[in-house]
Amino acid sequence: MNSIQVIALVAVLAATSCALAGVFLVLRRMAMMADAISHAILPGIVAGYVLARGPNVFVGFLGAAGAGLLTVFLVETLVRSRRVKEDAAIGVVFPALFALGVFVISKYLPNVHIDAEHVLMGDITFTPFDPLLLGGRDYGPQALWALGSLTLINALFLTLFYKELKLSTFDAGLAAALGFAPAALHYALMGVVAVTTVGALSAVGAILVVALLIVPPATASLLTRRLPPLIALSLAVGVAGALSGFYLATLWDVSISGMIATMLGVLFGVTFLFAPRQGLVAQAVRRSRQRQQFATEMLLVHLATHEGTDAEATESDPAHLHKELHWQPQAIRDTIDRASDEGMLEERGGALHLTDRGRDRAGEVAER
Amino acid sequence: MLHDLIFDYTLRNVALGSAILGVVSGVLGCFAVLRRQGLMGDALSHAALPGICLAYLLTGSKTPIVLMLGAAVAGWLGMVLILRVIRHTRIDSGSALGIVLTVFFGIGVVLLTVIQKSNDANQAGLDKFLFGQAAALVQEQVTTMAVLGGVALLVVALLYKEFKLLAFDPEFAQSLDLPTRRLDLLLTGLLVIAIVIGLNTVGVVLMSAMLVAPAAAARQWTNSLWRMIGYAALFGAGSGVAGALISVSESRLPTGPVIILSITVILIVSLLFGSARGVFWDWLRQQRNRRSLEAPPNGEEGAASGAPTAGVPVGAPLAAPSRAGGSGTPIIRGGGGSGA
Repeated sequence: MNSIQVIALVAVLAATSCALAGVFLVLRRMAMMADAISHAILPGIVAGYVLARGPNVFVGFLGAAGAGLLTVFLVETLVRSRRVKEDAAIGVVFPALFALGVFVISKYLPNVHIDAEHVLMGDITFTPFDPLLLGGRDYGPQALWALGSLTLINALFLTLFYKELKLSTFDAGLAAALGFAPAALHYALMGVVAVTTVGALSAVGAILVVALLIVPPATASLLTRRLPPLIALSLAVGVAGALSGFYLATLWDVSISGMIATMLGVLFGVTFLFAPRQGLVAQAVRRSRQRQQFATEMLLVHLATHEGTDAEATESDPAHLHKELHWQPQAIRDTIDRASDEGMLEERGGALHLTDRGRDRAGEVAER
Repeated sequence: MLHDLIFDYTLRNVALGSAILGVVSGVLGCFAVLRRQGLMGDALSHAALPGICLAYLLTGSKTPIVLMLGAAVAGWLGMVLILRVIRHTRIDSGSALGIVLTVFFGIGVVLLTVIQKSNDANQAGLDKFLFGQAAALVQEQVTTMAVLGGVALLVVALLYKEFKLLAFDPEFAQSLDLPTRRLDLLLTGLLVIAIVIGLNTVGVVLMSAMLVAPAAAARQWTNSLWRMIGYAALFGAGSGVAGALISVSESRLPTGPVIILSITVILIVSLLFGSARGVFWDWLRQQRNRRSLEAPPNGEEGAASGAPTAGVPVGAPLAAPSRAGGSGTPIIRGGGGSGA
């Protein structure tokens, strides 16, 4: 494999592992917890550094994952005390931990190079040149191994606990009543998110990890309401964003992580606008169709009410109607045209006459 | 120390800037926390990055006011998008915040690489905004911050009644024919001002705590909104000045993180000992109740007086029921319906 292929594969594996972990995160409305966990990694790495008395990948990994779970625990504790709501709890815990990390670095480890900026933005470009060395043998890029096993672990977790996750997400009360231990499941899911974040972070950076966790499932949730397609679509969106972002980034020579996040945003934006049922355009079309239908029905009922009465001549005069119904003249005109196209009424001798079909329709509406 | 605070140019700027940030974010944070928008600050501060980069790319200038304007525009855009996504889809607010946060920040990172490529050393200061650079505040910036903050506080003062209603009972506000959507946009938009001020001082990552922590701490001391706002402003300003003083007196310490650690300490103390809802007082009362239950009562009296209070669940709103009618101020009900 050349380095371009390695980077593309790393991006795809990051996208799949994150999408798998992110589906239930988004469904359980805990998306911002991923953001908090990703920021708490800095103090975790610092703690690992202090504990191992030097840079050590394994201890650093444990420290970072531990800091992620500590964040979850602190937020839970604050929420459970009922003094602070969840959003505020998240919003205060991770900056505090992050500040602690920066504080410790600047006060006690001034000569150590822990690049906080790198933690946030990541650098996928160098992943091909960072091999996994075991006993002096080169087993290929480290990131591939890390993200490959993460994808496997997450897929396994999702398969094994699919039923439990589904139930506790959509009906927490029933899950608890059936003895599914929602708290344990919650921490297991958060553990998976934390490990995924830490594992993917060194390759792609904190912000992209969070983007890959949240944006694909959120985009997919605009397209389907069923769980299996949701998972499949999340994977598809994640991979599409990763590949298109990577391609454009190499084309324009800009940050790969940033471009992947940008492309995920583009995919979300397009879906937000044009999703077949929930998209903004579809919503607008549906609303305007309902408005038209309502206007037509009102007009028919109005005509039916005055049919055969003394006032029929004035009430069915198109020029008079806008005063009667308090509509804009143009809206009256459009509604009349639409109703006569549908064969509901006829315009004869400066007055509107209901057809049989229109009369039936007005009767239906009035009975409703 | 006091002498330095007044006459040392750097220290005065840092302390004053941090204090302004503390007051403004404390006041606006109260509304954000009450309206459960605690994470809005985090999302909008990240969303400001592309604005800053674009402002620099378009003008080629690093004047604070230009960059702040760019940050404000991008932050405002991010906020509008978040509110739209929440209103028009079934996506929850957390995911909406996360989407805008990461995507805007990603665009910002892309723009940063564009700047780095196209330019020489001139771009050095741009990425500083990630972690703030309080120690480098100049008088011009402090003045800008003061003006912006003053405008935000003035708006809050003028629309206090409306904002209060919006925070506690938006449905009622709507039934009174208040323009709730525009008020919502305005109140959330004021957060953008606080964030623009904060980016100079504490940076993107820590900004969210600057909004949330003073308000959450203040909440533990009172059940009245205007007192909460007062406390929050005080806590915010106090931690700002404390952070400035500590970081200057100890070399090597960055100001932003020290400010955040100060406000975190204030929050922890408030959560434990806050006069209105402190956890410690709850615990103390529980102990007393338990003792009065366990102690052999003199006749029936002891058990009778102990039983009703012992039934109060842990964490129930402490003073809420008794103070509800008295002051005429709104009571934030901490207990009911807050299950997470």
